[in-house]
Amino acid sequence: MKRKSLLVLLTLILAFGTVLAACGSKNEGTGNTDTGSASEGNGLAKDQILKINLSAEPPTLDPAQAKDSQTNTVLKFLYEGLVRIDADGKEAPGVAKDWTISEDGLKYVFNLNPDAKWSNGDAITAEDFVRSWERALKPETASPYAYQLYYIKGAEGYNLSKDETYKGTKITDFSQVGVKATDEHTLEVTLENPTPYFLGLTAFYTYYPVHASADTNDKFFTDYKNMIVNGPFVMDQYAKGQKIVVKKNDGYHAAADIKLAQIDMSLTNSSASELQAYKSGQLDYTGAPNGEIPSDQIPSVKAELPDEFKATGIASTYYYQFNVNEAPFNNVKIRKAFAMAIQRQLIVDKVTQGGQIPAFGFVPPGIRGENGEFRDEHKDDYFTENVDEAKKLLAEGMKEEGYTTLPAVTLIYNTSDGHAKIALAVADMWKQNLGVDVKTENQEWGVFLENRQNQNFQVARAGWSADYNDPYNFLEMWTTGNTNNDSKFSNEQYDKDVKETVKSADPAARMAAFADAEKILIQDEMGVMPIYYYTNVSLTKPYLKGVQLDFSGAIDFTRAYLEEK
Amino acid sequence: MSGTNNKKNETANTNLTSQAAVKPQESVSLFKDAMYRLATNKAAMISLSVLVLVVIFALIGPTSLFTSYNYYSNDLMNANAAPSAEHWFGTDDLGRDVWVRTWVGARVSLTVGLAAALIDLVIGVIYGAIMGYYGGRVDGIMNKFSEILYSLPYMLVVILLLVVLEPSLTTIIIALTITGWISMSWIVRGEIMQLKNRDFILAARSMGASTGRQLFRHLLPNAIGPIIVTLTLSIPNAIFAEAFLSFLGLGVSAPRSSLGSMINDALTGWTLYPWRMWFPAGLMVLTMLAFNLLGDGLRDALDPKLRK
Amino acid sequence: MEFHIYPDFFVCAPIFLIILEISDKWIGLYFCLILQSICIQNIVCGGVQGLVKYVLKKLLFMLLSLFILASLTFFLMKAIPGDPFTAEKKLSPEIRALLEVKYGLDKPMYEQYLKYMGGILKGDFGVSMRYLNQDVTDMITQTFTASLKLGIFAILISIVVGVLLGLLAAVYHRKLIDDVTMVVAVIGIAVPSFLLASLLQYVFAFKLGWFNVMGFDGPLDYVLPVAALSASPIAFIARLTRSSMLEVLHADYIKTAKAKGLKWPAIMFKHVVRNGILPVVTYVGPMTANIITGSVVIEQIFNIGGIGKVFVESITNRDYTMIMGITIFYGILLMLARFLTDIAYVLIDPRIKLESRKGA
Repeated sequence: MKRKSLLVLLTLILAFGTVLAACGSKNEGTGNTDTGSASEGNGLAKDQILKINLSAEPPTLDPAQAKDSQTNTVLKFLYEGLVRIDADGKEAPGVAKDWTISEDGLKYVFNLNPDAKWSNGDAITAEDFVRSWERALKPETASPYAYQLYYIKGAEGYNLSKDETYKGTKITDFSQVGVKATDEHTLEVTLENPTPYFLGLTAFYTYYPVHASADTNDKFFTDYKNMIVNGPFVMDQYAKGQKIVVKKNDGYHAAADIKLAQIDMSLTNSSASELQAYKSGQLDYTGAPNGEIPSDQIPSVKAELPDEFKATGIASTYYYQFNVNEAPFNNVKIRKAFAMAIQRQLIVDKVTQGGQIPAFGFVPPGIRGENGEFRDEHKDDYFTENVDEAKKLLAEGMKEEGYTTLPAVTLIYNTSDGHAKIALAVADMWKQNLGVDVKTENQEWGVFLENRQNQNFQVARAGWSADYNDPYNFLEMWTTGNTNNDSKFSNEQYDKDVKETVKSADPAARMAAFADAEKILIQDEMGVMPIYYYTNVSLTKPYLKGVQLDFSGAIDFTRAYLEEK
Repeated sequence: MSGTNNKKNETANTNLTSQAAVKPQESVSLFKDAMYRLATNKAAMISLSVLVLVVIFALIGPTSLFTSYNYYSNDLMNANAAPSAEHWFGTDDLGRDVWVRTWVGARVSLTVGLAAALIDLVIGVIYGAIMGYYGGRVDGIMNKFSEILYSLPYMLVVILLLVVLEPSLTTIIIALTITGWISMSWIVRGEIMQLKNRDFILAARSMGASTGRQLFRHLLPNAIGPIIVTLTLSIPNAIFAEAFLSFLGLGVSAPRSSLGSMINDALTGWTLYPWRMWFPAGLMVLTMLAFNLLGDGLRDALDPKLRK
Repeated sequence: MEFHIYPDFFVCAPIFLIILEISDKWIGLYFCLILQSICIQNIVCGGVQGLVKYVLKKLLFMLLSLFILASLTFFLMKAIPGDPFTAEKKLSPEIRALLEVKYGLDKPMYEQYLKYMGGILKGDFGVSMRYLNQDVTDMITQTFTASLKLGIFAILISIVVGVLLGLLAAVYHRKLIDDVTMVVAVIGIAVPSFLLASLLQYVFAFKLGWFNVMGFDGPLDYVLPVAALSASPIAFIARLTRSSMLEVLHADYIKTAKAKGLKWPAIMFKHVVRNGILPVVTYVGPMTANIITGSVVIEQIFNIGGIGKVFVESITNRDYTMIMGITIFYGILLMLARFLTDIAYVLIDPRIKLESRKGA
């Protein structure tokens, strides 16, 4: 009897002892680095350690497989493309120190900086780019953003060479694709069509160079200690689900411009925790694009920290999609009625509270037009909010379809506080203004997307953000049969307008075509119901400077620095 | 002194024997005895009245007796307003009246919680009793079945359920009861296994009591303690499970809400708008406290071992 | 004495080696020690043959259950809408086709099933479909270690505090202490964990600044999450203990012991606790499995890289290999916990026979 219990006790003590020992041994060295940088006066802080939060762990650190904003932020630390975007949103030298563009806009010659090196000391050559782009376009890689490289001559044919349904010319030999290394430091790129936004596009992650050893080493992207990169920072620590740390890459060719010594990224998706961590000094930056400030807190945060709060317009649109093949939204007048019967300013002021801009068009501000912004040059006055007019249109539409009562309407959205609130607000407005009872249904993420993407809906919440700076990014998706055209909107003239812009090199003509297309989409057909243009809502500590937010809302911390507090 | 006492005792004894000779004493039924004991338990009685009050208010609170507001109409201009004469519990982030929403939420939470807990009780007790009583292979197989069910990724099951069935309160109750009964069954199993070899059961068996009689008259009443404790825990568990489902987007569809989802919604802003959280949370804590104290009272009342 | 060590060594050692081989060394050591205690117990009491047969039978049964569990999960997973590539910005059909080929999702269902199960039997759980190139086993090990560290403390505290509170309440039944401890216990049950965690974080980390708002680096970072995790178990254990002890305290044999002149602490240990602890043990088994498999909410709020959060995410992301891997892992944990609970039953109350015939 006694022996038994003694043995059990001993075992337990031993067991717990070992576990405790295991607990005590680790130590994830929290920021105590000597940097030796930034002592050139200017009131720079001694410890140049930036603390930010990513609300989700990047699924991958392979530029060819990247596709979300968390990965984007981290890849900007580790990699650099031919070109980088500077603080003014202009293309600046990256790995390429300068470039020439031919008259017809089809040929680009990039001269690489001979000082550009990989983090292990290897020189970066033009061949690295050729090989990396081949890797991204190889069918076996199945890169989700391979299409970003389709502007290059033959790239699409190479990427889809194994696809039976592809009708174009298939290319199996990459040397026939329009990118060549004419010598060690010169890269020549030939495009399919003159693409005015191509230069800026080379800063996009799918265009990053990847070290040759990635082809032979399976563990290249998970062997964090030894990851060979070419950007301003190198990987230092990776605690799954908890923390990522990068340190300055002293071999980076523009290391003198980099003042930060280390960046600590925590990985919580609780926006409340993030805000509290910011307020108590554990984070130097919080909010979009890698996090979120809870909308409940925005007014108080704005009042409490006015100098730290920022709401910057970015090129994304929040809208509702109509299923144009499903009653009752198969009728134009009914669609217009619903679109006109809500108060967008009220939603922006009281629900989202982030200074968003009510949207009456689909292309958001920030997208380049002919000389300035598209949205400035072509005003989005396609319709106005008018409850009386809406009621009239609804009645007419119903008469046309022969309804005495409107068929039941369900608005679907995916789980999120923000989407829920907006959906409830909009549904309530429809009820009060049109007398229509719209049911709101919250669906799990995967279920929601499957439903929307298979036209199993009547009206659904949606959002679209910019991948590159051109209206084509926003208007192409509504062409007949486009992959992302969940609403199945289809208009011949629209298709013609959008297609025209691809071959044309004349900016004026292109923008005019886009404007016409948008008019058809919204004013004539109301294929989608725009609600607002996004803003990037964030808090930045007053001692953190040099953070760059680009037009699409992507953030670049690489040139940031911390001043004396 | 002693003389008088002796006399008293003698008289008492005589009375007893004479009575015994006349007719057998009526035994008080378990139920009557339990109700009597419960009635004298102050804490339990207070809890019962609190619960009755809560149910009453859940039914009549949102009606026109108290307020003209409903739980779904927005009033964006008055969003996040503090409690006032107009809105006794204040308004939430869409300007909806919190008083109404709290009571409507209580309806959902209580319905879901009680229904799920009771279903879990019935299934769990029967399943656990069979497992514990028969033991051996029967126990082994039933045990494995419930272990497998318990280990299935719960979220997957719920997502599938919601896809296959229409999202509704019934679907949520089904989702909650799929695995909710398992812990109860394990507790009952343990108790029965411990009790079935005791003398009183051997005695009952030797007197020819059937399996059913053994279980219901002897074993289960003796296991009533942990059963009731588990029951009083499974009600809040069910309510929180529903809140967790809402958190994941699988719960009751907005604008309907339960107390749990109201608390969830209020979490990001409670430091600024405390009423949005404290009223539903307070009601929830009060109700849980009442259930638990009532449960304690029930246990004290029903447990044959505590009969004096 | 020496005679007993040999059979123990031959039987248990190979099992230990396998465990240490496939798992993170600390977890492996933990399991080995538990098995060692079982080995010693059974050898001292029942003989090697009996032990081997019993353990093997249990193991076989467990493997069968895991197999069924894995199969059910596989088909459940495939039955719900969505797959690993579902995204807001839809992939072009061509690229999607390429991806499906890459991950073997273009093959018919049964083929995928067989391939996957075959891999499992070899111990290969594959690579995550969301966190590209990351080994499922590696990811589970890393994140589970974090949850385990947190969980062990939560379990210890839950048991110690819970049992103590319950005992106090039972011994001082109907006095003030009873009511106070029970009200404290009910707070643990009545307040949902996500609320409690947020409140603790706000008051102690943010307002008072005693702890970091989030993170999991130093020992101080354990305090708040452990408190939030153990609130409900403490409450439940306290109430179970109280209820069970109350019955025991009023039993005749306790009065006998008191009459015999036994002192109070002795009575406590030898009779009261021993006889009343069974429901608590029943609850603690699965509770342990639940706690060390982490709480999504607590891990999110305090930024702990634990396995609970990974699991919920893997379902939302339809990361098939991760879902399967974690489900099987959880299954093993649960079944192990229940197995140990049953062993505990026998140790506590020798009258319980696990393998008996029908009690008639």
